[in-house]
Amino acid sequence: MSAVHEELIDPKQVKLDELLDHYKTQKGALIPVLQQAQDIYGYLPADVLKQISKALRLPLAKVYGVVTFYAQFRLTPMGRNVVRVCLGTACHVRGGAKVLETIQKELKIEDGGTTEDGRYTLEIVACIGACGLAPVFSVNNVVHGKMSPDKVAGVLAKYE
Amino acid sequence: MKSLLDPCCERCTHTAQTPCKDYVRCLTEGPICHDDEQCKAERQRLLAEIKTEKTSAKKAVLFCTGTGCASSGAHSLIDLMESELKKHGLENTFTTRPTGCHGFCEQGPIVIVEPDQTFYTHVTPEDIPEIVEKDLIQGERVERLLYVDPTSGEHATTYNNTPFYAKQNRIILHNCGHINPERIEEYFAQDGYKGFARAIQEMQPLEVIEEVKKSGLRGRGGAGFPTGLKWSFAQQAEGDKKYVICNADEGDPGAFMDRSVLEGDPHSVIEGMLIGAYAIGADEGYIYCRAEYPLAIKRLEIAIKQAQEVGLLGENILNSGFSFNLHVKAGAGAFVCGEETALMASIEGNRGMPKVRPPFPAQKGLWAKPTNNNNVETWSNVPHILRHGADWYAQYGTEKSKGTKIFALTGKLNNTGLVEVPMGMSLREIIFDIGGGVQNGKKFKAVQIGGPSGGCIPEEMLDLPVDFDTLVQAGAMVGSGGLVIMDEDTCMVDVARFFLNFTQKESCGKCTPCREGTKRMLEILTRITKGEGKEEDLVTLENLAHVVKNTSLCGLGQTAPNPVLATLKYFRHEYEAHIYDKQCPAHACSALLSYSIDADKCKKCGLCARNCPVSCISGDKNTPYQINTEACIKCGTCLDKCKFGAVVRA
Ligand SMILES: Cc1cc2nc3c(=O)[nH]c(=O)nc-3n(C[C@H](O)[C@H](O)[C@H](O)COP(=O)(O)O)c2cc1C
Ligand code: FES
Repeated sequence: MSAVHEELIDPKQVKLDELLDHYKTQKGALIPVLQQAQDIYGYLPADVLKQISKALRLPLAKVYGVVTFYAQFRLTPMGRNVVRVCLGTACHVRGGAKVLETIQKELKIEDGGTTEDGRYTLEIVACIGACGLAPVFSVNNVVHGKMSPDKVAGVLAKYE
Repeated sequence: MKSLLDPCCERCTHTAQTPCKDYVRCLTEGPICHDDEQCKAERQRLLAEIKTEKTSAKKAVLFCTGTGCASSGAHSLIDLMESELKKHGLENTFTTRPTGCHGFCEQGPIVIVEPDQTFYTHVTPEDIPEIVEKDLIQGERVERLLYVDPTSGEHATTYNNTPFYAKQNRIILHNCGHINPERIEEYFAQDGYKGFARAIQEMQPLEVIEEVKKSGLRGRGGAGFPTGLKWSFAQQAEGDKKYVICNADEGDPGAFMDRSVLEGDPHSVIEGMLIGAYAIGADEGYIYCRAEYPLAIKRLEIAIKQAQEVGLLGENILNSGFSFNLHVKAGAGAFVCGEETALMASIEGNRGMPKVRPPFPAQKGLWAKPTNNNNVETWSNVPHILRHGADWYAQYGTEKSKGTKIFALTGKLNNTGLVEVPMGMSLREIIFDIGGGVQNGKKFKAVQIGGPSGGCIPEEMLDLPVDFDTLVQAGAMVGSGGLVIMDEDTCMVDVARFFLNFTQKESCGKCTPCREGTKRMLEILTRITKGEGKEEDLVTLENLAHVVKNTSLCGLGQTAPNPVLATLKYFRHEYEAHIYDKQCPAHACSALLSYSIDADKCKKCGLCARNCPVSCISGDKNTPYQINTEACIKCGTCLDKCKFGAVVRA
């Protein structure tokens, strides 16, 4: 009996419930809750937003408004590897745009897009604070510095 | 005693629950409540070890673990060093220490041996055994890893001997790169929390404010507002609940000084906030840190926890009756949240949109309570003022801009990194003497200062002293302190377009001039960089710029036109070349560029084709190589690679 029961428990849902329980009485909790919910699910599914709205007693429209305001939140799933190309000033003057163009040609996706096989998601960001090594991009938060168009393919290939 | 934090004997009773007022001084000068030579000697021994003084039996090998060096592989070096030390049975003679950023990111990974100040650069895993055998065991420096001065070609044995460090005055960055930011005792050993202890024990809140006013400290968040004056507004405001905030949103793309301070010396920010909170009468604080800085957030959380454990955060701190609690909030990716009213909206859990003032945050800020917000670097200046006094502080800098300022040197120069110099040093000294001049022998064109709110300064004006007021007159601003160096290959119209594209995307959309105006300006600039500019464009651009500047709601819109206005002022000829001649003088705007291969000069080696990232070059041993211009992304790799000058850019 209990074995069957355990199978029905969604571990992500358990974490979300704990999260909502922890924050439901705190003021200003919406953004940390969204951040941690996104950590659990990899993005913010519509149903999760509804649960957050209910638990924090905030209108769904407000939750949605906050989600769409901040660049960090995503309403669609991510690929297995997240490629963040820096187009901050330091990277821009050292040829960041050329690196980006090469990556886009290589992966055939636009900013925010995910490859069809779900292997890569591409995001453009403005500065990850490694400006001394410009131009840079990061894959899964690992920074690759002093990049140039001819090095791109080699770095990307390392991420399955 | 194993750690400086341990009680010296049972006579020491300090804990977070039973606080003692002399705790901070006791750690480094104590014991104070009783006389005991042995307790004292034990404290001094631990202190010398942490500070790696020459008298200490232990040497230390320091590894930079800032974002830059970490990405170049610093963490694996530490593991390797530890196992190498064990192998030689040296783990008790040498300690390894992860530190914050040294500022010289270009040379990473950086390893320093103390107390000798030996400075190794570009260290790889293969170098570690040699450092152990040659330097640590035989006491000889590993010459080939020392920094080489590019102008003189000489090896610098110690970091103080490099031109990069010699001309700096590192007060705020003193601990960065030298202490382990995850151990509060190392901060204590550098006189940490003594400024706060002095404030809370010897001074009334108003005296603290007077001291900060007297020091001449001005806000490092951009505008240079006098910090003491700002504190007095919040101090005078009516209310039983007040907040202090640390703005660690660091939105200027190309600036990373706040990140380095938070990663390398988080306690200095906490100490500054404690002093400010005591002066203003606040009992709660927030540090709003951008989400792109996960390491800074982690280090802050560790630092806050350690400060709580020793009773420097929480209730009845040092038995003074003063209580203060501090929280970290992670941003969620919005540049406008660096604006303080937007930042407060974001902490409250709303869309980060700025509010009309008055009411000012000092009256009605976070959750409608009196609030004082300062920048990271501003806060980390404060402990030094209280520790050494306002007069000591005011000896640095110019008449109206006191102290030192950290700059992030980036772009096309030799020594990229973080530098701290007294206010008033000339741009030329910073860029050429410390920064080592422009890369690859190219010609200097301009320096961009102040990020998306600032402007570009041309060669003729490089002797200007860097202080808050002079730069504003020149059409730029100190801003966050990002200095981006541009050379002859940088197109100034493209730079203006770049910044406008940034501010336009980040405009929150609340007020019309910023939302619509920046969009129209961006359209015009994009058109010009594509060679489709019209004659009337420059006049329209200037008109729009003034409207947006004068009528926007917050600083984002009010300063967004600055990069355009400054480049129009100093580099108008570049705009005109794009519009009238359909040419980009810097050969940077790709729509106005084309690459081809001169068949006569082509030696058919195929190097260009092998390096082309989009495989658009074809040819073979018998046919000269050719570029398929349709597929070409104009990256210029072929031009750089060709040894025979066969690639032509037009
Ligand atoms: C669009 C915009 C972005 C800003 N970004 C930052 C920032 O990233 N960090 C910062 O300290 N101040 C930033 N500011 C300035 C703050 O509003 C505020 O003036 C500053 O934090 C005050 O600190 P200070 O008095 O210590 O300089 C920004 C202002 C505007 C208008
Ligand atoms: S500008 Fe790219 S990392 Fe800072």
